[in-house]
Amino acid sequence: MWDYSEKVKEHFFQPRNAGVLADANGVGDVGSISCGDALRLMLKVEPDTDIILAANFQTFGCGSAIASSSALTEMIIGKTLDEALKVSNQDIADYLDGLPPEKMHCSVMGREALQAAVANYRGEVWSDDHEEGALVCKCFAVDAVMIEDTIRANNLCSVQDVTNYTKAGGGCSSCHEGIEEILVKVMMERGEVFKPGVQAQEEAKPAGMTNLQRIRKIEAVLDAVRPQLKRDGGDIELVDVEGKTIYVNMKGACSGCQMEALTLQGIQQKLMEELKEFIKIVPTKAGALSRASCHV
Amino acid sequence: MSGIYFDNNATTRVDEAVVQAMLPYFTEQFGNPSSMHSFGNKVGLAIKKARMQVQELLGAELDSEIIFTSCGTESDSTAILSALKAQPERKEIITTNVEHPAILTLCSWLEKDGYKVHYLKVDGKGRLNLDEYRKLLSDKVAIVSAMWANNETGTFFPVIEMAEMAHEVGAMFHTDAVQAVGKVPMNLKDTQIDMLSVSGHKLHAPKGIGVLYLKRGTRFRPLLRGGHQERGRRAGTENSASIVGLGKAAEMAMETMNFENTEVARLRDKLEAGILAKVPRSFVTGDPTNRLPNTSNIAFEFIEGEAILLLLNKFGIAASSGSACTSGSLEPSHVMRAMGIPYTAAHGTVRFSLSRYSTEAEVERVIAVVPEIIAQLRKLSPYWDGDAPKAEPEKAFAPTYA
Repeated sequence: MWDYSEKVKEHFFQPRNAGVLADANGVGDVGSISCGDALRLMLKVEPDTDIILAANFQTFGCGSAIASSSALTEMIIGKTLDEALKVSNQDIADYLDGLPPEKMHCSVMGREALQAAVANYRGEVWSDDHEEGALVCKCFAVDAVMIEDTIRANNLCSVQDVTNYTKAGGGCSSCHEGIEEILVKVMMERGEVFKPGVQAQEEAKPAGMTNLQRIRKIEAVLDAVRPQLKRDGGDIELVDVEGKTIYVNMKGACSGCQMEALTLQGIQQKLMEELKEFIKIVPTKAGALSRASCHV
Repeated sequence: MSGIYFDNNATTRVDEAVVQAMLPYFTEQFGNPSSMHSFGNKVGLAIKKARMQVQELLGAELDSEIIFTSCGTESDSTAILSALKAQPERKEIITTNVEHPAILTLCSWLEKDGYKVHYLKVDGKGRLNLDEYRKLLSDKVAIVSAMWANNETGTFFPVIEMAEMAHEVGAMFHTDAVQAVGKVPMNLKDTQIDMLSVSGHKLHAPKGIGVLYLKRGTRFRPLLRGGHQERGRRAGTENSASIVGLGKAAEMAMETMNFENTEVARLRDKLEAGILAKVPRSFVTGDPTNRLPNTSNIAFEFIEGEAILLLLNKFGIAASSGSACTSGSLEPSHVMRAMGIPYTAAHGTVRFSLSRYSTEAEVERVIAVVPEIIAQLRKLSPYWDGDAPKAEPEKAFAPTYA
């Protein structure tokens, strides 16, 4: 049996806001019947203020899918649409005192239903770009599609590379056989043979850029975002650059902020655009690292 | 522990008499049966007795055909790998697509080593097409492995006939009989089955003990090599207490075989009829006319199995489900998919598996509780409207990605 928190059990046994909402003006249907999860989220939005007056759900799914749906409705009632859209899947999981890694996708489904329902209310078309594969790394909840895409995009050729890029395999290591299988398959597509123990070439430096130039460029990107962070009472500091991994220190209000992972993702994106290479930004504090992983 | 345990295909309670038979072999009878002294000798005699008790249950010709292993999975792996090693010129395997993972995962692993594996399909009731099977048989096939009874639906495969067909082309025949042994009378000496797997904990013996039946004269290559235990066919010091326990459990299974097929079957039928009568849009999966006496697998449409199990558990009722969520995988049970059960029903399948300890009162309690639980969950389901599914449910609710 899954190790569900008391909060999950409570929301499953006594779901809030279950059933049809007769006068809903925003409805989002998401999920996948083949996977056994599907959710309809119904919102009643006050048109003048954009405040969510009522939210109901109907769920075809397991205990944590029902609990995540129930929690989501509780979290968004009384919020404006824009405030509600800030609720992330991690927030839903946190609200329930955590979900098992295999069940994190239930909170993702809640988040997507919310986006779909808001889009429906606003008369927009919402399309889902989320594809989910079988869970490979249970320690960090990384699925096969994510691993395959990352290997393909970055020409990876070792389990160590995959761990560096996705964290998959970085915990208990029992999924290394599964990761090797994906490597064998993708490498065969590009006409290569998987060899254990060989790592991707260190291609950190794009032609013509010295280490010093590269670090200066990284500093320049960080300097550019710094004023924005300082306005919110925080700051960022470059700690070290090691190949494709850039270690930073989040300071002041940024440290431990709920939005920290999102902030880092944004900075990582800017760095990749500027350096024209794939890099990974890693906050040096352990707590921030694990939070960041949950937003992938 | 109180509660209603209807999950006996997962594992069973060790019978009190089995525990009593085992206890001396942890303490005063602790010797190694291979030793020359009297500490070991008595243990050796106890193992010999257990071997004969299992021989009796399986209807084997000789007690030397019984090899004790650590579990059903070890027996399965030993059987298939032995057949491949012993016949290196034969590179094909025939099995079915509803086997236990102990067979299927091994087979997909062997495919990577270049073996060709044929997976027989089943029809909507989980039955094989023997013509399809016959066409696949050839002198390239090393071994055929088909389960005696399916663990999810209880449906039987015609293994005795299939073994004869395999021998016509010189292929070996193995059956994973972990669900059938103890519930189905067997007389292996009159069959052409070469190898058969048994798991102790499915018949009220402890976990961690199994048997590979190996018909005399079947060419064999051991998986574990080392000492001379089990006549060199399975090295490793004997799990003597558990072997004694399995022997006792086998003896008791002989005595209760008739009870399983009459009284337990009656209770199962009552449970099934009671639930089907009260729950709309529910149906039995597998072949109800040809299955284990203790198993009933019911699909409840438009709801999901894990949610059903959690609510059953709240009422102290233990069962299991073929839903994706109970296993953490993305797909519902491969057995349900193989039978073509639609996703909206496959996720809501619940297996009730009884034992000789199940009672009338327990069955009545489950019949009373299940309809409430199903109704409660259907109220939450986007496919359901009041007391019935929505008109054209799959169209009424079609989520964005699938």
